[in-house]
Amino acid sequence: MSNTSFDNTEARKRCLKYRRRLLDISQQVSALHGGAALSAMEMVDCLYHGLMRDPAGANSPDTFVMSKGHGCMVQYIILEEMGVLSREDLDLYCKADGRLGCHPDYGNPGIEASTGSLGHGMGLTVGMAYTEKFVKKTDGNVFVVVSDGEFQEGSTWECMMMAANLGVDNLIACLDHNGFQSFGRTSETHPQFYPIREKVEAFGWECAEVNGHDAAAVVDAIQSRKGGKPFLLVGNTVKGKGVSFMENIPIWHYRSPNPEEYQQAIDELQEVSS
Amino acid sequence: MRNKFADVIYEIGQKDDSICALVADISPAGSMVNFREDFPERFINCGVAEQSMIGIAAGMALKGMRPFCYTIATFSLYRPFEMIRVDLAYQNLPVTVIGMGAGVIYSTLGSTHHSMEDIAVATAVPNMTVIAPCDPDEMRQATLWCATQSQGPVYMRLGKAGEPDLTEHAIDDFEVGKIRYIRKGKDVAILTYGPITAMACEIADRLEAQGKSVSLVSCHTIKPLDEDGVCGVLTSHDHVAVIEEHVPHGGLTSRVKELAWENKVGCQLSAWTLKDEFIHCYGTYEELLAAHGIEKEAIIAALS
Repeated sequence: MSNTSFDNTEARKRCLKYRRRLLDISQQVSALHGGAALSAMEMVDCLYHGLMRDPAGANSPDTFVMSKGHGCMVQYIILEEMGVLSREDLDLYCKADGRLGCHPDYGNPGIEASTGSLGHGMGLTVGMAYTEKFVKKTDGNVFVVVSDGEFQEGSTWECMMMAANLGVDNLIACLDHNGFQSFGRTSETHPQFYPIREKVEAFGWECAEVNGHDAAAVVDAIQSRKGGKPFLLVGNTVKGKGVSFMENIPIWHYRSPNPEEYQQAIDELQEVSS
Repeated sequence: MRNKFADVIYEIGQKDDSICALVADISPAGSMVNFREDFPERFINCGVAEQSMIGIAAGMALKGMRPFCYTIATFSLYRPFEMIRVDLAYQNLPVTVIGMGAGVIYSTLGSTHHSMEDIAVATAVPNMTVIAPCDPDEMRQATLWCATQSQGPVYMRLGKAGEPDLTEHAIDDFEVGKIRYIRKGKDVAILTYGPITAMACEIADRLEAQGKSVSLVSCHTIKPLDEDGVCGVLTSHDHVAVIEEHVPHGGLTSRVKELAWENKVGCQLSAWTLKDEFIHCYGTYEELLAAHGIEKEAIIAALS
């Protein structure tokens, strides 16, 4: 785990830049899942810039899996900024000559596993964390970002049970709790999912809850965990965060803004950054 | 096969630190216990949770391991099918999924425990190799191949326990991706795989006693199927029979018929498969096969 202090001001600047880049790419293709990437922005940023060791290195001791694969644009943009993916890679996003699609694909630079079908990331990362800790006996941590909709998959809970049984305290999961699935509010489709924290703890995990857009708080919560158990951070977030007309509006799970909407979004992000 | 598999995985686990075993609340007797006790860090009982077994195995493979996932065939393939397709096959990871007790060998447990269409399901998945050894020695060689040479996921269909040795005097050596003549004749050829090969051996014996010259061919690798080898059988015998413990569609029978049509072969072609039905019938393994229409005397009569 990194012991470097995390600069929240720099994180805000980075995330504004990422949001503008995401909107630029949104004008190239209709497929984007922008709302889901915008909600996870700060959490993914702080994993790469605060918690993972040598995240751009080919032999980084730590591993990251974007289980909510539809939010992968934030990962692509960060990997582009780090030089792992090229500008051309992102410019060719979802195009015939490109290699990046709407969901992350194993084999592309910086992508540790293929995701996109929900409910897979927890199993993959339990296996990864187990191998690092108990087979290879390294100090490698495995980070995974999961969605709240993903917790409706039974496979997620199966693997959470196993994570606790196996004692993989090097598994750190971040729940992008934006409260929406593609067809509405998670609190309406699955009201019994709430409260979350008690359920997760009953499954043998350590759990903490923070504002998921406060990157410093995310870093602090993860670095302050007691350990000895797998760890879930519930990051309370806003779907479409940063663009007023996208926030908490389910259609922006899928839609890309038209030129007028794009300009408004860019203007809003300019205002915030200035 | 069950006990022999446990012996083999213990043997390879001693030599190769990347070999690990994941089971779903089931463990073959004997050496699987040895594996668990000697290599506890490489043995995980995932409990009654097959989705997590496959997902965790995929994560381990992504970190350089060569996992074997082991449970009853219906649960190893059908329950976690999307994990097999996405986690294993899409990422082309060297994970072997063992479907133990396949076909109708659990004859008294009902169709919930009969994997009658697993070959069709597994062979439909890109990147997947599908192997169904006919006896303990073929299983041993297939397992060694999975442990060392496989490049992607393998579905290996096994019987249960007590399968006889059938290949000690086989004409051909075992090679993944190649058909294997167990015995070679001129008149009739029987193409088969898996535990039902024992019945095919008895049928071949009886036909030979009648004066027929009979080939018995183990088609242990269903995917990739040895198309040239199968075509060779089709063009060198008067009558070719497929005996298959699998529904009529999507298994060896379908593939042989495709090849026969594509290559315009002129031999007589017969097939005995499980029915495309869930039969509500209980009894011995042989009685279940007979209820599906795979009955030894009837097959002998048809091939005589």
